[in-house]
Amino acid sequence: MGQGSLDVSGLVVKFGSLTALDNVSLVAAPGTVTGIIGPNGAGKTTLLNAVCGFVKPEAGEISFDGKDLRGIRPHQLARLGIGRTLQAVGLFGGLTAAENVMAGAAVGAKAGFWSAFAGLPRSDRDERRLRQLAVAALDRVGAADLADRRPETLPHGSRKRVALARALVAAPRLLLLDEPASGLAEDELPELGALITEIAREAGVLVIEHRMDLMMSVCDHIFVLDFGVLIAQGSPAQVQENPLVTEAYLGALHE
Amino acid sequence: MASDVSEQIEVPAAQRRLAWLSRSTLARHVLLAAGGAVVLYLISVGLDPYRDYLMAQVAAMVVAVAGLTVLIGLSGQISIGNGAFMAVGGYTGALIFMHLHWPLGLILVVAAVVAAAVGAVFGLAAARLRGPYLAGATLMFAVALPFLANQFSGVLGGDQGLGFFITSPAFLGVNFSLQRWQAWVNCGVGLVVFVLLANLTASKVGRSWRAIRDDEIAAALAGLNVAGYKILAFIVSAACAGLGGVLLAIYDGTVSPSLFTFGLSIQLLTAAVLGGLGSLAGAIWGAALLVIVPIYLQDVAVSHGFASQATSAAIPTLAYGVVLIVVMLAFPRGIQGGLSRLVKKKGSL
Ligand SMILES: Nc1ncnc2c1ncn2[C@@H]1O[C@H](COP(=O)(O)OP(=O)(O)OP(=O)(O)O)[C@@H](O)[C@H]1O
Ligand SMILES: [Mg+2]
Repeated sequence: MGQGSLDVSGLVVKFGSLTALDNVSLVAAPGTVTGIIGPNGAGKTTLLNAVCGFVKPEAGEISFDGKDLRGIRPHQLARLGIGRTLQAVGLFGGLTAAENVMAGAAVGAKAGFWSAFAGLPRSDRDERRLRQLAVAALDRVGAADLADRRPETLPHGSRKRVALARALVAAPRLLLLDEPASGLAEDELPELGALITEIAREAGVLVIEHRMDLMMSVCDHIFVLDFGVLIAQGSPAQVQENPLVTEAYLGALHE
Repeated sequence: MASDVSEQIEVPAAQRRLAWLSRSTLARHVLLAAGGAVVLYLISVGLDPYRDYLMAQVAAMVVAVAGLTVLIGLSGQISIGNGAFMAVGGYTGALIFMHLHWPLGLILVVAAVVAAAVGAVFGLAAARLRGPYLAGATLMFAVALPFLANQFSGVLGGDQGLGFFITSPAFLGVNFSLQRWQAWVNCGVGLVVFVLLANLTASKVGRSWRAIRDDEIAAALAGLNVAGYKILAFIVSAACAGLGGVLLAIYDGTVSPSLFTFGLSIQLLTAAVLGGLGSLAGAIWGAALLVIVPIYLQDVAVSHGFASQATSAAIPTLAYGVVLIVVMLAFPRGIQGGLSRLVKKKGSL
């Protein structure tokens, strides 16, 4: 098992005349929880989109364990050991929770097209194995009882759990979480925090979140983005005391 | 530990056999198909030659519609021109039949492969084009293809087309009805196609298609090769259309531009929507309705004296429209969707 460290340096992303990310550099070290905070529209999600190959950076370098990620296609990330959850949850509405997670487990599938086509026992065995993995992943996020439910029948918090299980099931070495706590009730946060801390024992975690109480408790290191610029970084305590950070958030509030 | 306990419990032999069945996708689908074969056999021997002949037509349409319903309903892509893939299969089959005299089974396989290859080209385009552009490209293909038959009339036979006559095997006797044999061949091929499509649908492949249909970005992040799976769906749907094209040629005895009109593509779409997108059982309802309703209505029209050429030609088209509207109003998710909702409602009451 490799390290799982993400290195971003000098990243520039533009959408027309808007500079969404301006010379951003950061590191997500393996075995730690790295946070990204910043007001709405600061470019946090865009950073993940650049890492995942959904948007093409103007300049800069992105590497994972020293491997250049530029030009990679999004579906190749899972095989490299990078998992991501989406801000908008993005569950597959036509699939049950277990099937959603099985879709995420398919990178480890052994049976290919022809055995599926012919309905061979090999494919059946593989499906049973994927289902076991999926149920185990659901169990890990406390959603084992939801295995056969459709996303539309689940409350928001449960959907987020299923989406997290879908990312976890592939045993990523780096997990990118885009606002995992949004829409969760206050009393669900400690559980999520504990889970993130636990995941970070085996993998690097890069988490974007507005819920500061959660970030303060789980992050080892926090980067602060404002209008695409990295304005501060440091331990949670350092960031919290940094006047630039308060100013950015207050500025955003006054708009 | 857990296995020790379960081994001590006496499981009746019959139940164990059932458990095995529920674990084997292939066994389950083959058993269903065998049941279907018995039913179809009993129907075919009870029908007169003309109705056996219609049965062969329905089976040909079912195969093509099944491929289309998988493409649209599972992978979330659209093709308006699958009739053109039917033509590719039909002409390929007829050409091999005429020039190489291969056995029918081989002709079917090769025709499906050739149609699949053409489908792969469209699949590649489909991975880039979306929505209206993809629909437009497939539409152009369907509209343009019949002209090729005249462009290359030396090979493809122009408007006359090419002959494709199968005969029933000797062991059935010289007096065996050709129409019944056509029905058997087409239904037999249809059953094999259904087993294979049902296998795919129940597998990782079907799940990946549905995932991509629901959310491409999340699917890619889950590690699914979105473009690859989309192309695959196009290939499968084109192969089914190609097979359906050969079966239609078997039914008709020829392949010609008039067999594979643009109207045929629209019929396939209509049948897929009527039956319920994504449902294999729905493909049967849709195709059967599509073939049988217009014929029935035409009979009614003729017997009521509307026998002029113009009116009787317009009636099938009108019928599609009316049936489509009625079914979509009554069952927004197609006939199969409506049926399974009815069954579920009954069950929960
Ligand atoms: N695909 C795109 N095309 C054009 N502009 C975009 C695109 N994606 C993001 N942007 C813009 O880039 C800026 C940064 O957006 P981004 O989604 O990264 O913000 P964010 O920090 O994730 O905000 P939030 O906290 O609201 O999720 C915004 O101004 C947004 O409108
Ligand atoms: Mg965001």
